[in-house]
Parts: sequence; C-alpha cells; structure tokens
Amino acid sequence: MQIKDLFSKKKYATIPSERPKRDIPEGLMNKCSKCGTIQYSKELEKNLKVCSACGYHYRLNAWERIAMTLDDGRLEEYDAGMESVDPLSFPGYAAKLEAQKKKSGLKDSVVTGEGAIGGFPVVVAVMSFDFFTGSMGSVAGEKITRAIEAAHEKKLPLIIFSTSSGARMQESILSLMQMAKTSAALAKFQGDGGLYISVFTDPTTGGVSASFASLGDYNLAEPGALIGFAGRIVIEQTIRQKLPDNFQTAEFNLQHGQLDKVVPRKDMKATLAKLLDMHCAKEVSFHE
Amino acid sequence: MSELPFEKPINDLRQKIKELKSLSVGKGIDFSEEIARLEERCKQLEDELYNELTAAQKMHLARHHQRPTSLDFIGAIFTDFMELHGDRLFADDLAVVGGLAKLNGLPVTVIGHQRGKDTRDNIARFFGSPHPEGFRKALRLMQQANKFKRPIITFIDTKGAYPGNTAEERGQSEAIARNLREMAGFGVPIVCVVIGEGGSGGALALGVGNRVLMLENAIYSAISPNGAASILWKDASRADQAAEAMKITAKDLLEFGIIEEIIKEPKGGAHRDLERQAEDIKDALVRHLKELLPMSPGQLIEDRYDKFRKVGYFATTADLPDADRGAEREDAEPTAAARERDQETAQLLP
Repeated sequence: MQIKDLFSKKKYATIPSERPKRDIPEGLMNKCSKCGTIQYSKELEKNLKVCSACGYHYRLNAWERIAMTLDDGRLEEYDAGMESVDPLSFPGYAAKLEAQKKKSGLKDSVVTGEGAIGGFPVVVAVMSFDFFTGSMGSVAGEKITRAIEAAHEKKLPLIIFSTSSGARMQESILSLMQMAKTSAALAKFQGDGGLYISVFTDPTTGGVSASFASLGDYNLAEPGALIGFAGRIVIEQTIRQKLPDNFQTAEFNLQHGQLDKVVPRKDMKATLAKLLDMHCAKEVSFHE
Repeated sequence: MSELPFEKPINDLRQKIKELKSLSVGKGIDFSEEIARLEERCKQLEDELYNELTAAQKMHLARHHQRPTSLDFIGAIFTDFMELHGDRLFADDLAVVGGLAKLNGLPVTVIGHQRGKDTRDNIARFFGSPHPEGFRKALRLMQQANKFKRPIITFIDTKGAYPGNTAEERGQSEAIARNLREMAGFGVPIVCVVIGEGGSGGALALGVGNRVLMLENAIYSAISPNGAASILWKDASRADQAAEAMKITAKDLLEFGIIEEIIKEPKGGAHRDLERQAEDIKDALVRHLKELLPMSPGQLIEDRYDKFRKVGYFATTADLPDADRGAEREDAEPTAAARERDQETAQLLP
C-alpha cells in the first residue's frame, strides 16, 4: 500500500431511492432563472411574473404585457395582418420566419394598437422578444411608424414597450433604415407637442435601443432589464477587461443618467397613469 | 499601391511588362510588339475584374488602408476648411471631424467619420468608431449649420459606433438615436456620401440626408459582414460569404431606393486617383445642392421624411394567398393599400 492510497476516495455502492418520484405535471412549477427558487406557476402569474424571492422580472411576450398594462387588457389592434417578406432573398430567412411565427404565435416582433391606461386613451406598441429575438425589420419599423403617426393624427399619448436584440440582420440595410424612419416620425410627433413614454424591458439593445427606445420624453425601465448599444462580449473583446455584473442593467443606466426612473412591474401601470394624468389633467382646481 | 489578393493577376502582368521594358532598354532588344500585346491584355483584364467586382471584393476595397479618408476628401473638394472641435459636454472625439468650409464659394458645414492614417493615428481616432461625444460633436455642428442656414455635407466611413464600456456609460444609444431624430428636423439641405464602410447605427447617425450618395465600391449595412458571419455560422472568417448575402453594395442600395446616386470610382478604387475621385464627388455634391437649395425649410424636412418613410418591404395577410406568403420578391413591393395609407397620413401631417 502506498501513501497516496490513504487519500483516495472509497467507492460506495449506490442504492436507488425507494421513494417514488413525485409526479409533477408539466408547467405546474417554475424555477427562477436568476435565483433558482421554485414556485407555483399560478403564484408566479399572480405576481405578474416576478420572482417572489429575488424580484427577477421574467420576460413577457407582447400579449401578456398588454393584458397586464391596458385597462381590461383590451387593445384595438392596428395592422394585425402585416408580415415580413424576404426582400434580400437571404439564406434561410423565409424558413426562419415561419418557425418564429409557429413558436411565438405572433406575425412579427411588435404588436401595436389603441387602448387605455387608467382611463386615459393611448396608442401603444409592445415588442415581443420571443419573435426573432424582438429584432426590427421592415414590419416592426413600419408598424411602429404607423403607431406614431396614429398617435399624432389622433392627438393621443404614445407608449412603446421595447425589447429587442436590434436591427434584423436578414433585412440588413432595410432594417437599419427603420431606425431613421421611426426616429423621423418621432421628430414630427414630438415636435408637434406629442407625448411619448418609452419603457425599456429586458433586453433592449442595438438598433432599437439606438433609435425610438431612447427618444422618450420619459424613459422608464423595468428592474434588471439589460439596456445598451453593443453586446457585452463584443465590448469585453474590445477593451480586454471583464465587465462588472451590473453592466448595462437598468440600474446601471439610471446611475449613468440614461433613464428617468426604474419602475417595478407591479407599479408600472400606476406610474404610466400618473404620468398621463400629469399631461392630461386640466387646471381645474388651481384657480378655485 | 499595395495590392489586394484578387488583384494579383493584374499586378503580375504589370510586373512582367515592367521587366520587359527594362530588358528592352538594357539589352537593346525590341520587345515593343510583345509589350503592346501584354498592355492590351492587362487593360482587358482590368476591365473584366473591376467592372464585375463581387460584394466581398468591394468590401476589401472599401476597407483598403490607403483608401482616402474624410479629411483627404475635405481637403480636395472644399476650400477654406476650418476644423471645429468638441461636443461642449465631455470631450473632442477625433473619430469624427467637422467644421466650416466653402464648396465652390458657398459656405457649408462638413462632417465626417475619420479613420487614422497609421497605427498611432488610428489609436487616437479609435479606428474611426465614434464614442457618444463624437456623435454629439456632429450634432452640435449640425445645429449650428441649421441656425445659420448652411447646407450640411457628411462623409460616412466607419465600421460602427465604438463598442466600449465608457461609450455605454455615456449613452451611446441615446447619442445615435438623438442624431437620427434631430437630423430629420433640420430645415437645411443635407447631403451624405458613403465613402468607405457604412457600418450600422454609427454610420446612420451621420446619414439622415435629403440625398445619400455612395462611392461605387463603398458598402453600407446593418451589421458588418464579419459580425453577420459570426452570428450566422459562428465563423467570422466567412465574412466574404456574408457580404454577398447581405446586399451591401452601392448597386444593391440604389435598387432598394436607399441611395440616390452611385459615384464612379477610378479603375481599381478611389485610392488610385484621389484628385479625380474628389472632382467626381464635388460634381455630384454641387448638382444635388443646386436642386435642394431653392427648397424651403419645410419642403426640405418633408423631402427627407418621405425618403425614409417609404423604406421597407412587407406584406399584409389579406393581400397574399397563403402559399405565396413571403416567398416572392414581387410580393415584397409596398402594397397598394400601404401606399394609399401613406398618402393619407402624409396629408394629415402638418
């Protein structure tokens, strides 16, 4: 026997557990991707998809967000039938679009329309990360531009919930130009006194962050949302340094003066209603 | 001139002609017939190659380290250039240059991305990739131009906005976004020329013009072909392949209606003849400004809005039979309904 054998680990036999595995139906429980806490899906839904343990805000798709934010969850949808085509004949794009439609149940990465928040009528555009990582191609650009124009025409406030990886590569230059198109529409709308509230949700980067999402008269964000222009990996490769964990979070952006407010999901509707009230309330009591 | 790999056959031939010439002088042998034949062949080869450049070859020409920069063109096109510095907020970003100059005697504001001429210069200029202060300097100069009713001319030549932590801290997204919105609202003519690489939002932040022109071998895209290749195939070295797929050339963009004109380059690229290239850019600038100068501020803003408003291809379910959805390029034209709607909304806007 050699000395090193003294330290070697003994091998134990393993006996399969006699307790039967509990049969948990699919979707009943949910494990938080941030802190790992397991909670009932129903509880999670009730908590607006925010982890009760760590406050992590789960990503929402467009219709979940609409249900949570608009009065009675009601939206009179604009341009519901608008779909992407493949103008560049980009390899694999047409098939990927079909797959994304099936996966998300959406026709593209943004849903637009009219509804009310706290009784105030508004035009909203809500992006969905589960369609093509929320990327902006011709359709998203057009729908958002039309929403801005509708708000302008009807003299309604505009609220955009953004989440996007940026311009959609498969439409290359056409995607890039949607940044200019949406921003130009905002120039008219805001220049004419229109109110635009931008809400960053997790994640908002690239061409969406660098166009309409950053141009709100008020820029709000959900806690923990990733907000930035360039991706973390690209930046780390450029500066050859590890970035801090909180880099590009909503809180980081707040600290660096890029946001007006970080608003927890449970307070979002009330905050929006309050802002709308500030712009719509008349000077009734003031002179009394 | 340093050669690109695809130019090798031509340069080999030129080398051979040179050798023959020196041989005929040195040894007194008459090779004139041979030389004439080779020169003819060389010209033919050049025509074949440079007239039919692939997107990837153009990308390499657009990135050629001897390609003229904004400052080269500014010096050759304008007179009395006076460079102005700083964003009045944080710093003077040398990745963007700008100032006052005269174009055929007309005072203009000229702004451009600026790559470095050598390694040291490139480091100082962040390889032509601006931080927020670069975009904000450009914005300040454009606001000044707008106030004093000077036309704005921009030169676009960047791989993209600088991807760095300090750029993010100071609001890279906001700086780009603000430029897009503010440029849309200026009541003076804006003419943009893509002279090299038009990379993503960092390029567009100087690119919201009444007219956007492109040099023949310049490229313009939402993401660099290298970036696209690494996302698509996890392999940045397949940039050449991505370049073909992404429709990044001046010819593609003219077809999409995103640019108004392609400015011819000297055979072999802009770096072969700066003077001639500058002359051709100047001609184009003067021509377009002559059309824009008579327009009122309101007309200029509308003209610019219309240009960007119409960009994009989409379909509405009702317009397409299910089987064809998204499959045909023909279907991708803006629909009649969309056009009608555009007109409707245009009428309702002030």
